[in-house]
Amino acid sequence: MMENHLFVAGHTACGGCGQAIAARLVVDTLGKNTIVCNATGCLEVFSTKCPQSSWRIPWIHSLFENAAAVASGVEAALKYLGKENINVCAFAGDGGTSDIGLQALSGMLERGHNVLFCCFDNEAYMNTGIQRSGLTPYEASTTTSPAGKIWRGNWRKKKPVVEICASHFIPYSASASVGFPQDLQRKVKKAASIRGPKYIQIHCPCPLGWGFDASLTLEIAKNAVFAGLYPLVEYEYGEVVKVFKIGNNKKPVDEYIKFQRRFRHLLKDEEALEELQKIADKNIEYYKLV
Amino acid sequence: MRKFLEGSHAVAEAVKLSRVGVISAYPITPQTHIVERLAEFVADGELNAQFINVESEHSAASVVLGAEATGVRAFTATSSQGLILMSEVLFNIAGLRLPLVLVCANRALSAPINIWNDHQDAIALRDSGWIQFYAENNQEVHDFIYQAYKLAENPEIMLPVMVNMDGYILTHGMEPVDIPSQEKIDEFLPPYTPPYKLDVENPLSMGLLGDPTVYLETRYAIQKTLEDVLKLIPQIGEDFESIFGRKGVALLEKYRIDGAEDVIVAMGSVCGTVKDFIDKKRKEGFPLGLLKIVTYRPFPKEEIFSFLKDKKNVFVLEKAISLGSDGPLYTEIKSLFKNSLPKICGFIAGLGGRDITFNTLEEMLAVGRKEMVSSYFLDVNHTLLRDKFFI
Amino acid sequence: MFAPLVAKPGSSKDNKTGSWRTLKKPKFLHKNCIGCGMCKLICPEACVNKKDRNFYEPDYSYCKGCGLCSYICPKKDIIMVKEEE
Repeated sequence: MMENHLFVAGHTACGGCGQAIAARLVVDTLGKNTIVCNATGCLEVFSTKCPQSSWRIPWIHSLFENAAAVASGVEAALKYLGKENINVCAFAGDGGTSDIGLQALSGMLERGHNVLFCCFDNEAYMNTGIQRSGLTPYEASTTTSPAGKIWRGNWRKKKPVVEICASHFIPYSASASVGFPQDLQRKVKKAASIRGPKYIQIHCPCPLGWGFDASLTLEIAKNAVFAGLYPLVEYEYGEVVKVFKIGNNKKPVDEYIKFQRRFRHLLKDEEALEELQKIADKNIEYYKLV
Repeated sequence: MRKFLEGSHAVAEAVKLSRVGVISAYPITPQTHIVERLAEFVADGELNAQFINVESEHSAASVVLGAEATGVRAFTATSSQGLILMSEVLFNIAGLRLPLVLVCANRALSAPINIWNDHQDAIALRDSGWIQFYAENNQEVHDFIYQAYKLAENPEIMLPVMVNMDGYILTHGMEPVDIPSQEKIDEFLPPYTPPYKLDVENPLSMGLLGDPTVYLETRYAIQKTLEDVLKLIPQIGEDFESIFGRKGVALLEKYRIDGAEDVIVAMGSVCGTVKDFIDKKRKEGFPLGLLKIVTYRPFPKEEIFSFLKDKKNVFVLEKAISLGSDGPLYTEIKSLFKNSLPKICGFIAGLGGRDITFNTLEEMLAVGRKEMVSSYFLDVNHTLLRDKFFI
Repeated sequence: MFAPLVAKPGSSKDNKTGSWRTLKKPKFLHKNCIGCGMCKLICPEACVNKKDRNFYEPDYSYCKGCGLCSYICPKKDIIMVKEEE
């Protein structure tokens, strides 16, 4: 029965891991004509501890910052061999996408390789122990941006990587969430039908890193979208073509943060909570989410 | 067909004839002409390869890593800072057992920034598991590339090879080079058929997490493979000679070493200067010889030992220094000899592209005969140091 | 000696992560199932299998007891029970 899946059980992810759901949905949707180049991170570590692998498609891990470059090389080799109907993907987490991996990602997009880059956004460097990344949201507490007597958690907003990729005028740059799995599948299918560089950033709540019970992963993912803190948008050639309308499902930010230990310090801090709500409201206005 | 061309173009010709499928490199002086000539070949349809312009050397090495993993012969070239920047990926390539061939146009390392030749860059990668050849002239660089692919892609070996050529001296120096025909090259170098690759018909996972129960064995395997490489290199050189009628790659080369009591040991293009120097000294009645090291990694311990053990004075001349210790070549040669004979001295010269002339070599002989030195810097301009450079 | 670290596809199945469960596990009631397949779609372990149109079952040898299948079921046909049951 498990033979249907291209990412199978037996991996050592935490129970309820958002990344495990996302990775499986992506490769199952793409099908067996897929090659994945994975950066160092949670996904790589929990899925391929020698001698085991959860991947049933060809898979390679090289280093932390070069997933996009390795994928470029695989794509070039397949072009040389005349095998052009294979999906080449680069998978990376926060770091491998927005920080240490940004150079290689930008280069791959600029050169126009036929590669789908998926960022598994769990909003910190989880594999190394929950340190702050460029995709850590405003006021989230991480081990290198902790909430303390003076600090209020992360003092910077999320790096807008979806927009950075879109500004390369690539055919498709989108955000998705494991809270909306069918929407994610649709976006992956759409990306697979396009020739050229594609970017999908997938919101993957992390029970251990964010501090919530494993059974709440999907609830929290949905609330991030309904609060306006994780807009689900689609860009084509630099223009917004579609957004996921929140409509009547709009929630205030405290509904989103209330279960998460990384935001606990905000519940006693009116001013800080207001700052976060402002960010959400700005997103809603900018993308016309209601 | 004989052509009169600079070393970088000789490299490009060899890469073309090797039917490389993916080329990716980032420009850095003095390697640039290699990549530019290859781009011309691809642009004119003379070479059917994917040419990927990347945004850094780190990505260049990563692109060719991905290509080799997919089963396509790939090539990159770099120098100095580029080699050091991609060093993370180079260790990764050796550990993944991918048979990449890389040409390094040897150049000094910053700081200070210096675009001229020495060996510090490639020597810094000596621990990586890469096989390293040092070429003396453009013909050798050209020929080494075919032999490098043949060696690397051997299914029992599957380790990457670095072909070193001195920056500017060989890259920009023009020499006559004999370029074989495509048919002859195809006879010598078959297509690349990897034991394993990224293939949707045969999926597998590469680059796994190797915990303490397995990591040690992977390093042991590379070490054992490099021992096999020592035996395989002379064979490949002989195969090459039988098809092309000239000497192929070897571990070492001896020049007038018979009857010599004093031997100079060196690598790379300086051997050309040393050979002329030896001819001059022999005319003056001094029996001097040269042991040229062609294969630096794996290090041919037994062969070097057997050629030097009966000599009186050995002068190790190198263009690199392990700062805080001695020259790496000197250190490795000295460790082969437990007794006090032969007398081995280490000399550092030519750093940052400083010319090595007959005067430099005379100074080396004079000092080496009188004193016992392990890392004596030749040709130092003490007035510069007295004046504390330029402030 | 060519000894790269390579793994066969899906070899992680040898690792029975069901032993991770300590507190709770899902119980599929098979009373109100409408066959939407969401439980199978979102399981992080990919261990919910479809046996029939309205009959899905978890593979307890891999289930880590996260409870997401119970959360997502629109008909509340999956409940979390104590491990001992």
